[in-house]
Amino acid sequence: MKILPGGVCEAGTTRINKTGGWRTFKPVYDYEKCIKCKLCELLCPDSSINPRDDGFFEFDYDFCKGCGICANECPKDAIDMVLEEK
Amino acid sequence: MAPENKIDKEKMVVVEGSYAVAHATKVCRPNVISAYPITPQTHIVEDLSQFMADGEIPNCEYINVESEFSALSALVGASAAGARCYSATTSQGLELMHEVLFNISGMRLPVVMTIANRAVSAPISIWNDHQDAISQRDTGWLQLYAENTQEISDMTAQAFKISEDKDILMPSMVCMDGFILSHVYEPIVLLEQDLTDEFLPAFEPEHVLDPKNPMSFGAFADPNYYTEFRYLQEQAMQKSLKKIEDVANEFYDVYGRYYGGLIDEYRTDDADIIIMAMGSIIGTIKDVIDKLRDRNVKVGLLKVRSFRPFPVEAIKGALKDAKVVVVLDKNISLGLNEGALFTETKSSLYNTKLDMPIIGYMVGHGGRDIKVDLIEKIVDDAKEVIKTGITIESQFTDLKEELL
Ligand code: SF4
Ligand code: SF4
Repeated sequence: MKILPGGVCEAGTTRINKTGGWRTFKPVYDYEKCIKCKLCELLCPDSSINPRDDGFFEFDYDFCKGCGICANECPKDAIDMVLEEK
Repeated sequence: MAPENKIDKEKMVVVEGSYAVAHATKVCRPNVISAYPITPQTHIVEDLSQFMADGEIPNCEYINVESEFSALSALVGASAAGARCYSATTSQGLELMHEVLFNISGMRLPVVMTIANRAVSAPISIWNDHQDAISQRDTGWLQLYAENTQEISDMTAQAFKISEDKDILMPSMVCMDGFILSHVYEPIVLLEQDLTDEFLPAFEPEHVLDPKNPMSFGAFADPNYYTEFRYLQEQAMQKSLKKIEDVANEFYDVYGRYYGGLIDEYRTDDADIIIMAMGSIIGTIKDVIDKLRDRNVKVGLLKVRSFRPFPVEAIKGALKDAKVVVVLDKNISLGLNEGALFTETKSSLYNTKLDMPIIGYMVGHGGRDIKVDLIEKIVDDAKEVIKTGITIESQFTDLKEELL
């Protein structure tokens, strides 16, 4: 990221600021339980949940900060927050 | 050597200080004005609203808002979209803007805002001191202080020019003493439209909010990036030291009026005692100095025009031959028992060879008059300090003991 005159930056800086390093727990899907309701994708504050071709979702761990909102809101308890291995 | 001030008496009109500011703002051709009325700033925004109603400010939008927080928030967007933006406030209104002040300076938006300086609550006071602006000194806004209504008018145009410079891009607070300057009628020369157009070209923003050419304004910055933004802000502040001087001279070239650059000196050659202060009290101090000079007291004045950036080098230069420095502050840093100008003057001289006593007086809080006798008494104290050395560094003076 380059700081331009006047303290402005180019667009899309959120792609550079990777927030994945902040996690203690990471979310993991149990695709057996998932009903593809999309709530997790909708509610993730960091847009770190991406749709897959088969209708299920996957996490972008470069940006998932481990807040657990997805796991908390999933109606089928299809997301586990597991301790991140360092 | 300071250029000689050429005030054209033919062109003088008697106007209120607030009108002088509103008129100066008008001829600076703002695109967006957003302000919430608050005493003693109200007359400025009343006059501006009247100009708007009369169609006298073309290409300008006046945004009515429900608080000072909203007033400044509206200007964040407007300024980023490339508009020349103006606001005015005071006291609690300025304190309510606190959060947005940082956003404006951090996003490097050259907004100009008049502060009709007033004491802060509690207790409620609508009268003048400098506590409101001084409390916002670390928000990254330039702070310029005017001595009289002619200067506040002219400083308004100067502030736009300084703030909008491509190397600076930092917002400015143009400070005038509430009531003492905002409500006083004085003969002045109003800024002329043609001269102002020559002095202050249209604002050409470096970057604008534009969906066709997207950019991040006020981006998220993790610890890998944040420090560099702060560093660049401070660099801009340091560059503005020279810019303020240059703009004062450019203003003189166009209008023939000059009030000093970062500082101004009055009868400081050969002065043993130098009094430092900011704002409207400067006029009173000049009168006292003239009187005392007639009695062969070697006393001079250092007027501080720019409090942010703080003109360390200019102050060192002006104080170098003094035997004692007296600083008058209309504010206090609670818990230090000192006014801000006093603290910063002391720190400017630290690590230099200059080692004269500096004494500070906190005066004029909540609008209490600072009278000629009081300044004379302070000069007497300073004479004692030359003879015997410092006993007290910084103190309140003119206290009503019966209330304590
Ligand atoms: S843990 Fe938080 S950030 Fe990560 S995917 Fe779930 S909601 Fe998004
Ligand atoms: S919220 Fe739960 S059930 Fe719904 S799509 Fe996400 S993981 Fe599947």
